[in-house]
Amino acid sequence: MATEVSGLILAIVTTDVNKAAGGGCPIFVAADLEEQVKMSMYLSRITGGVVHDLGNGVYFIFKH
Amino acid sequence: MDKYISVILVGLIAGFIVRIILLKSDYRHYPAYPHGYFTHLALGFIAASLGAVAIPAIAKPDFVAVTFLVLAAQQFREIRNMERETLLKLEETKIISRGSDYIEGIARVFEARNYLVILTALATSGTVQWLGWQYGIIVALVCMFISAKLMKGPQIGKIADVIEAEIHFDGPILMVEDVVIGNVGMQQTRDKMLSEGIAVLIKPFDDDARLTLHSPGQRMAIIHDVASILGTKVDINEPELAPMARKNVDKGYIGFFIVPNEPDIEMLIEIIKRVPVLETARGTALKSHLGRKAAD
Repeated sequence: MATEVSGLILAIVTTDVNKAAGGGCPIFVAADLEEQVKMSMYLSRITGGVVHDLGNGVYFIFKH
Repeated sequence: MDKYISVILVGLIAGFIVRIILLKSDYRHYPAYPHGYFTHLALGFIAASLGAVAIPAIAKPDFVAVTFLVLAAQQFREIRNMERETLLKLEETKIISRGSDYIEGIARVFEARNYLVILTALATSGTVQWLGWQYGIIVALVCMFISAKLMKGPQIGKIADVIEAEIHFDGPILMVEDVVIGNVGMQQTRDKMLSEGIAVLIKPFDDDARLTLHSPGQRMAIIHDVASILGTKVDINEPELAPMARKNVDKGYIGFFIVPNEPDIEMLIEIIKRVPVLETARGTALKSHLGRKAAD
């Protein structure tokens, strides 16, 4: 039986580095919204997580 | 001896026919392979022969044989375990899983069907023994009718109303009417959901129904049945378009959302109405005194 980690933030993608700090997951800083969207999509496809939007310009990838 | 042969034969055939009637492979895709069919038909045959020889064994009288028959009937308990194990193993490779409630329900049904076969064979062979084969056939037909009726449990359509609903976004939050489904980050995904997704509200008729729909197992069963008929655009490592059923916590009804391959809203409503109400999820609040008092 395969074991999988879930219920976890896998990555944070932000354009404003001041809005995400510390914590236990990698933070990716994008230059603009376009890059942020692209990075988020790639990250979600690779990790199998889902992109969520905090509403303040911070995206994060969550594994459900 | 000749008399016993006709008794056993009629009982056996009646039992076996019941098993064939009850073994229909439907949209739940189970069992969908010839080996599965064969296993169940073989077990059904054994069950039918057990039921059919019981009456002649008593009539003879051979009480040792009867004791062995009772022991043999115990074997059918194993069927439930067998089904449960198979389905749980298959669950690991499924993108949309059935959920353990649904699996337990299916496993129980498979076990119960064999008992129905035994009872049919028993009743039929008993009638042939004492009244003759003509009456035996009548009893067999009645048993088949009752078995088919018994195995058809309640469905969602009986406990809730299913109505078409609108999908919209409140910021990044996906909503079906006023039910919050979840947070969706990507604009691209939101556009896809709005243009290709379909949704319904499942409104329970009473408190029992509300509790039934409250169960995650029941909701998983609904999602599984819909996804296995209409298809879904979820893929491995792309879970964003996963079908979801969430509850309006204040009012108790369910918002159901899916991005299907076949966006047919009428069929979606029809499918959900035909999802079986799971035994393990069935709400029974109104059966208790306090539940009835709380409801008014």
